[in-house]
Amino acid sequence: MKKLWRVLFYTVVIGYAVLTMIPFLWSILTSLKSTPDMDKFWVPLSSLTLENYTYIVTKFPFFKWLLNSAIVAGSVTLGNLFFNTLAGYALARIKFPGRGLIFYVVLGVMMVPGQVVMIPVYIMLANWGWINTYQGFIIPFLTSSFGIFMMRQFFLALPVDLEEAALIDGLSRWGIFFRIALPLAKPALAAQTIFMFLGNWNSFMWPSLLASSDDMYTLPVGLNSFHWQYVAYWNQDLAGTMFMTIPMLLVFLIFQRWFIKGIATSGLK
Amino acid sequence: MRTRGDLATGYLFVLPVVVSLAVFLIGPILYALYISFHHFSFLAPDQATFAGLDNYLKLFKDPRFIRALGNTSLYSLGVVPIQIAIALMLALIVDAKIKGKTLFRVVYFLPTVTSTVAVSVMFMYLFKNDGLVNFVLSKLSIPTFDWFNSLTFALPAVMMMAIWTTVGQFMVIYLAGLQDIPQELYEAAEVDGATPWQRLRFITWPMLKPTTFFILIMSIIGTFQVFDQMYVISKGEGGPQDRTLTVVFYLYRAAFKDFDMGYASAMAFALFLIILLLTIIQRKFFKEETN
Repeated sequence: MKKLWRVLFYTVVIGYAVLTMIPFLWSILTSLKSTPDMDKFWVPLSSLTLENYTYIVTKFPFFKWLLNSAIVAGSVTLGNLFFNTLAGYALARIKFPGRGLIFYVVLGVMMVPGQVVMIPVYIMLANWGWINTYQGFIIPFLTSSFGIFMMRQFFLALPVDLEEAALIDGLSRWGIFFRIALPLAKPALAAQTIFMFLGNWNSFMWPSLLASSDDMYTLPVGLNSFHWQYVAYWNQDLAGTMFMTIPMLLVFLIFQRWFIKGIATSGLK
Repeated sequence: MRTRGDLATGYLFVLPVVVSLAVFLIGPILYALYISFHHFSFLAPDQATFAGLDNYLKLFKDPRFIRALGNTSLYSLGVVPIQIAIALMLALIVDAKIKGKTLFRVVYFLPTVTSTVAVSVMFMYLFKNDGLVNFVLSKLSIPTFDWFNSLTFALPAVMMMAIWTTVGQFMVIYLAGLQDIPQELYEAAEVDGATPWQRLRFITWPMLKPTTFFILIMSIIGTFQVFDQMYVISKGEGGPQDRTLTVVFYLYRAAFKDFDMGYASAMAFALFLIILLLTIIQRKFFKEETN
């Protein structure tokens, strides 16, 4: 009986792992097939080729899209780390009139779906001439109510003693923030980096709304437009898909310990 | 605790966030509310005319909106419970003493880091008429379908894709919840001779209630705001006879294809109200359960 359970258990564990991996492996395999072999299920390993990858990066601005994605996701992540942490700290630790109000506003706007502001923000950015520009992709997204809330909760949970001791030693508030609080906030900062970078790297709706020429596309927008031009050539289509997916998978595999821990420690509190 | 100059420092720390929230969230929310009560086109904002409740009333009479809301509800109803069940099962598995659990955690989490656009392309390839899924089904003598072009199976195919993509993230949150359950509870249960099933039923499940509540809310919000997959898969059209048209997708088209921004804004607020209502109901339900 116990043995039966173990077999069943491992069947589920491995079975779901296989289900998870098949779409990746099958896509990678197809992306390595030459066009005449494209529709064959099995091809000899020796006939696999990288020609689809060289073709798509020479014919389409995939590297430009990669660069755009890196610039946008990178700047947005940095901005959020800086601004949300400052605000989260102030809301948790510094007493000033209006603090409660600001906190409730942050909490309130967290509930409003992004689609509500999509139209007004689009109109505003259009009036400013910010459509199809980096500033249009970056500046509206530099802070996030979720990030502020997360950082406030984190600092509230942190014991205040260390900061009080620093105060007695004559450190200013700036000194306390940068030299005491910030180093202690590393796990929360790591989690925030992951959320923000992942969310922005993969974001599709906003960039497809705000990018109007293909040299300003981010990778998801570029891939979508590429896909519909190349829908008959699945090998090239999937090479494009893997071009965008594999770097993220590698980043994840390198940092997976922090990834999973970061989400686990801050997903809830 | 107070230091000299705290007032100024406090305001300085929150200033960027206050400005950003005011300009890019609060202002726009109010403006969206204004637009939703007007016949408003982006192309001619000066010619906006007051519409009263017209845009909101139109929602009840527009068959496409009703179809979109129906699709979205069906999608949510299908995805949320299955997603939570699989996530909990996987979390329990990778929390147990098994060989290679780090490897399995990593593998289960891989789809979560992949962009929905990339996942959509991968699944379109898997589910195409002569794709791998149909190949396997035909070998097993199960009938095959042209999934994404089928009236019946387009939405379920997207649902499978959504479950596949997001299960890993919820698994990790459950995993965190499992770490917070005091080990003594299990030890006491063991002394009392509880079976593994009883331990799951009477310790793990009740102790995970806050986690489940959090995941449920996240999952409902996520499924009600679904857009990317549907947009990519149906080439921005909405699928066969609008079978994969969702509320956000329809809103996007109303705003940026038909330029009927008043109507689109009304739709956005309707969606907000639906999500708010579902959250309140969940909250009440969970509170009563725990009492």
